Amino acid sequence: MSLMNTVAVSPDRLLQEVAGKYRQRYRFATMTCTDIGDGYDILYHFDKDYELCNLRLYLKKGEELPSISSIFFAALLVENEIKDLFSIPIRDLVIDYGGRFLLTEDAPVAPMGREGCSRAIDIRLQGAPEEEDK
Amino acid sequence: MPGSKSIIPFGPQHPVFPEPLQLRLVLEDEKVVEALPAIGYVHRGIEKLAEKKEYTQNIFLVERICGICSFMHALAYCQGIEMLMDVTVPDRARYLRVIWSELHRLHSHLLWLGLLADSFGFESLFMQSWRSREAVMDIMEATAGGRVIISTCIIGGVRRDISEELMAEVLKTVDVLERDLEIIRPVVFDDYSVKQRLVGTGRITSEQAYDLGSVGPVARACGIARDFRETGYAAYKEIKVTPVTETGGDAYARARVRIREMYQSIDIVRQAVRDIPAGDIAVPARGNPEGEVISRVEQPRGEVIYYIKGDGTKNLERLRVRTPTFANMAPLLTMLPGCELANVPVIVLSIDPCISCTER
Repeated sequence: MSLMNTVAVSPDRLLQEVAGKYRQRYRFATMTCTDIGDGYDILYHFDKDYELCNLRLYLKKGEELPSISSIFFAALLVENEIKDLFSIPIRDLVIDYGGRFLLTEDAPVAPMGREGCSRAIDIRLQGAPEEEDK
Repeated sequence: MPGSKSIIPFGPQHPVFPEPLQLRLVLEDEKVVEALPAIGYVHRGIEKLAEKKEYTQNIFLVERICGICSFMHALAYCQGIEMLMDVTVPDRARYLRVIWSELHRLHSHLLWLGLLADSFGFESLFMQSWRSREAVMDIMEATAGGRVIISTCIIGGVRRDISEELMAEVLKTVDVLERDLEIIRPVVFDDYSVKQRLVGTGRITSEQAYDLGSVGPVARACGIARDFRETGYAAYKEIKVTPVTETGGDAYARARVRIREMYQSIDIVRQAVRDIPAGDIAVPARGNPEGEVISRVEQPRGEVIYYIKGDGTKNLERLRVRTPTFANMAPLLTMLPGCELANVPVIVLSIDPCISCTER
């Protein structure tokens, strides 16, 4: 089974397509990002009268994703979440949390990436003895 | 100094918040001019964990996204897997799913009412609504064995049936609840103090609510007639639901919507108990899910969206959950600017926030 009402879109056409959805009175529902190895499968879900319409974008790793938050303000939260959890650079966010929407400075990098946590979590409590002190 | 701005970190620990949420409020005197949420205090990485667990184990996982609407999380997940595996759920199970869904909606709305009343100091209303909620929790325990996380939804149907005797108890419970609501409703609708605190507070227009993607009672309080139960999932095909709407767009309208929805849930439970057919409560689901699907359910706070992608193995490739509170955060950021600091707790509680859902 494949996702119904899904149209592929390239990063350079994304904002144009999303602006079209706004003009057609679609509501922004959410986004889904999946790490597929060499890149990311990003779905934009829009809703009108209970019908979902999806835009599917393939983003190569290391490439920047344009934010749609200037068109749909509601997208800013999920875009910040994706930025945190997948470490995808997103440009022109209307409010940019700088990768600290959900994660703190000592959190693992890209915890939702395919490799899971790319950096081990340092769970050593503050004040605990260093390894060499033991 | 008059006219100067100050920033107040509102939360994450605050007497009115049942869960940790921080709002960075920019104030001019007592007036909020800007609000920015800071979350991440209860993020559990549930979507990642769902990739590591088997798809059957994920039911127990998604139920723990949120205790208050746990059954509906399991329902949305199971419905998605059933679509992928082409499983048809028996009729009796579809009705049982509706009964437990509406019991969850009732206890969720009563819990919310208590928290809202507490946010503006109406402690007797808080105690009355939570006292009434206990009746729902008791019947949940009697029918499912658990008060909050009931774990009755499985892929292919439900795990437990409700006997004739217990169906009679369910009806008695909603009768008692209706009598309680007859006492609560005039207080929320007409009490001078309640109206002073709620009318005009946190108002957004219908246009703003639509553009910002608000869902559930937040949208319906702005006149947006949208309730995903209208699409007819589970037994809502047979039990018709008309969205409860108000037009005020403020905290008062949101309260009215939820009170009226409790009456609606009571009616739905009565219809489901009356019309439930005899028969099996589950069918076996064999194999593994393959493909991708979106499943949606109307939770007490609004529509939840499950995106599920399977690759034919016992583990899912991706599980993504968009919860209603996440959708209602952008409208909240629009409600707060312009309000008095004292009204911030009321406005935040008026959207019935669930931070466990939001962060997952």
